[in-house]
Amino acid sequence: MSSTLEKTHVGQPIARKEDAKLLQGQGRYVDNITVPGMVWAVLVRSPHAHAHIKRVDVSKALAAEGVVAAFTGADLKDSWGSLPCFWPVSDDIKMPPHLPLAVDKARYQGDGVAVVVAETRALAKDAAELVEVEYEPLAAVTDVEKALEPGAPLVHDDVPSNRCYTWALVAGEVDKAFAEAAVTVSERYRQQRLIPNAIEPRGVLCEISPATGDITVITSTQAPHILRTAYTLVLGIPEAKIRVIAPDVGGGFGSKVDVYAEDMVVITLARRLGRPVKWIEERSEAYLATIHGRDVVQHIELAATAEGKITAVRTRLTAAMGAYLQAVTPGVPLLGAWLYGGAYDPIAYDFHCTGVFTNTTPTDAYRGAGRPEATYAIERAVDALARKVGKDPVELRRLNFMRGFPHTIAAGLTVDAADFDAGLDRALEILDYEKVRAEQAERRARGDVKQLGIGFSTYIEMCGLAPSRILGALNYGGGGWEAMSIRVLPTGTVQVVSGTSPHGQSHATTFSQIVADRLGVAYEDVEFLHGDTAVSPTGFDTYGSRSLPVGGVALWHASEKIIDKARKIAAHTLEASEDDLEYAGGRFTVKGTDKGMHVKEAAFAAWHAHNLPDGMEPGLEAQHVYDPPNFSWPSGCHACVVEVDTETGDARIVRYVAVDDVGNVINPTIVDGQVHGGIAQGVAQALYEEAVYDEQGNLATGSMVNYLVPSAAELPSYEVDRTVTASPTNPLGVKGVGETGTIASTPAVINAVVDALSPYGITDIDMPASPERVWRAIQEARQ
Amino acid sequence: MRRIALTVNGTRRDAEVEPRQLLVYFLRETLGLTGTNVGCDTSSCGSCTVLVDGESVKSCTMLAVQADGRELTTIEGLAQNGSLHPVQQAFHEAHGLQCGYCTPGMVLAAVSLLAENPSPSEDEIRLALEGNLCRCTGYHNIVKAVQQAAGMGVSV
Repeated sequence: MSSTLEKTHVGQPIARKEDAKLLQGQGRYVDNITVPGMVWAVLVRSPHAHAHIKRVDVSKALAAEGVVAAFTGADLKDSWGSLPCFWPVSDDIKMPPHLPLAVDKARYQGDGVAVVVAETRALAKDAAELVEVEYEPLAAVTDVEKALEPGAPLVHDDVPSNRCYTWALVAGEVDKAFAEAAVTVSERYRQQRLIPNAIEPRGVLCEISPATGDITVITSTQAPHILRTAYTLVLGIPEAKIRVIAPDVGGGFGSKVDVYAEDMVVITLARRLGRPVKWIEERSEAYLATIHGRDVVQHIELAATAEGKITAVRTRLTAAMGAYLQAVTPGVPLLGAWLYGGAYDPIAYDFHCTGVFTNTTPTDAYRGAGRPEATYAIERAVDALARKVGKDPVELRRLNFMRGFPHTIAAGLTVDAADFDAGLDRALEILDYEKVRAEQAERRARGDVKQLGIGFSTYIEMCGLAPSRILGALNYGGGGWEAMSIRVLPTGTVQVVSGTSPHGQSHATTFSQIVADRLGVAYEDVEFLHGDTAVSPTGFDTYGSRSLPVGGVALWHASEKIIDKARKIAAHTLEASEDDLEYAGGRFTVKGTDKGMHVKEAAFAAWHAHNLPDGMEPGLEAQHVYDPPNFSWPSGCHACVVEVDTETGDARIVRYVAVDDVGNVINPTIVDGQVHGGIAQGVAQALYEEAVYDEQGNLATGSMVNYLVPSAAELPSYEVDRTVTASPTNPLGVKGVGETGTIASTPAVINAVVDALSPYGITDIDMPASPERVWRAIQEARQ
Repeated sequence: MRRIALTVNGTRRDAEVEPRQLLVYFLRETLGLTGTNVGCDTSSCGSCTVLVDGESVKSCTMLAVQADGRELTTIEGLAQNGSLHPVQQAFHEAHGLQCGYCTPGMVLAAVSLLAENPSPSEDEIRLALEGNLCRCTGYHNIVKAVQQAAGMGVSV
């Protein structure tokens, strides 16, 4: 069996198959789909963060023009069960019920309380304003630390102290390491709340065949297979009756993995009314009703030797769950739990997380999910340690890098391949580090208004989610495998049928490259089918940088099965021994002759089945389900140079260098694009974005006007390069790239800002490092 | 209802519209031109950008009745005779799109920019596209695409 890729397409910067329709306005997003008889749903949402619902009256709405139906949460409460949380992380976890529409109490601003259905979008919206709701507002708590204080308002009456769970991961003699440490650092960081802001808002369209009860749900999701199962769990519909379609999906970044109330509402309405029902989220609604990310307070302590060698890491997290648990809300901090030692090698490790309910939009996985938080904490703390021991941050990192792979970390997982020195070396080279430091020194010497700061992040992440056995050990409700099918059709074109579906990640192009090379077919002759549970093999969908290191590897194995069967057909047809056949570029050749047979010819022979080996099944199709034996471990070094205007507080990135090791690369252009976008979201956390609640629990940053999603004008061009250590865990040697940029970039930026401000004695700045925050920090330092 | 007549992608269209209807919903729901996307409700994201008499306009900031007598180009009208417009071609070659949702608006904003300023600097491109948000690309390749299109010489 050949185990090397023939590199005709793999590794090449091939322009995307996906583009033609998207560039010409032919994308098929949910809101572009209309079916006959369709009506529109609009939800009525609580304006209060915390309130008893005393009375909901839909009678005026029902009397309004074009209205088909209107329901309260109480009307529908027997139609469904609680929305699921798939990850009860601990034995002590509290999982209060989460109904799609609230009945007695609203627990965050945006909690749905009623729904109106009308003939058009505008009429439904008009009528929704006629729904009368009488609330008795209650005191709300939105701050994750205040929620734990005695006397804090309780989000759920039966959850004391708002404490959802505690979870710990401890290895080695941590107390001893701290007692013996020559140097320690103790830092507190705040991961502000973020709002994902996929540019396409969510949307759901449900159509039901009255005669058969077959249900089709077209929904803007990253996870059609997970949703199919969830609809069964919540609504009691037999899973085999449900078809979920993720059409073109306009970005997700984790926010569209979730199982949302609106899906359940729309399906329930369609069943009740016997008509297709559509709901399309408005942006201001998205700010309230789509999951948020981060919102964690981190305490991190390092124990180190006098020279700065880290011996132990101790972390305490207080993580906001929001008002309810969504699909994997409690598990998000766990996704980072192994990474608070970063690229380094502490021998003792202690991670504790407390999950806390607050009267806020539920949090869940947002790009990077747990790993950006971990990387931020360790990379900031390493800079703090460097200051304390008087070393350059580069030197301190080098002193501490883990080396020698595979390498089992103190926290207990095994990193299969990495080379931190190589990434750092390359980043320093691109940056021209000495020169930038010299310019920084000059500006400092002359008291320039615009000061330079240089920040680093040498990171490692665990992704390619995930080995099912490990997920099971963590009490996660599902597996982490992925399924891929290949059909070689009678005339030699190929369909790849995928359990993972894209929303911008370029699956069609990437997977076509792999298959074209393995099977020796034209790249153009590979079609990619996905995002429809009636078409795709059951899979675990798209998140956690998993599509290539799990799905792509499944595809590789499926292609091996095709080749193996085609080889048997070729041997039979050519009257040769399989051992006498050579395989290259899709063609089997009898050694030393010009006799041969192409996979495409074998496909035709397999189809007519006139002359197959005894006992062979006709057809040339194969499926493979791949469960990864390990996580994948992208790593690298990001370096950022910021210019801080000390008069205005404005921090601008003037250089951004990213050197990532994502293993082997199938398409460098696509990989670069993933890195760029990831960096932009990480920079956004560092400098621009923050969801703010006021004392009453109103979301003060409830639109794109005051929540600063950065535009092209705020962001720099990126200098992107790679080093490669192929993953030995899978035959493609790939690691995944969807999250690296976001995981790596935030601490690089903030380390640079702090470095720029260090002449003032400033050692910390909260995120986002807005002009106001930077300006105030400078003013306070000057006093 | 009000009667309006306008030209969309070279074709005259006559329609009865509600006075309160936004241009973007007229395009999408009355004319079926769903290539123009809606990404926000505050005129912030630019996904719904179209050309009105050659200038880029966020079609959620304009009422359909205000388009009476105007000439509109939407993303569906940009490619000619089966060939992508140079800006579309450049977005393809430079990998200036991922999920594609912001793309129609981004492409039309770029077309409008290049009509006004055929050789913009990187800073001018970034500033001109400030009203169009993309969450996937980090803008790097969008800027490259516009630079590349500028090199190709673009007309509306």
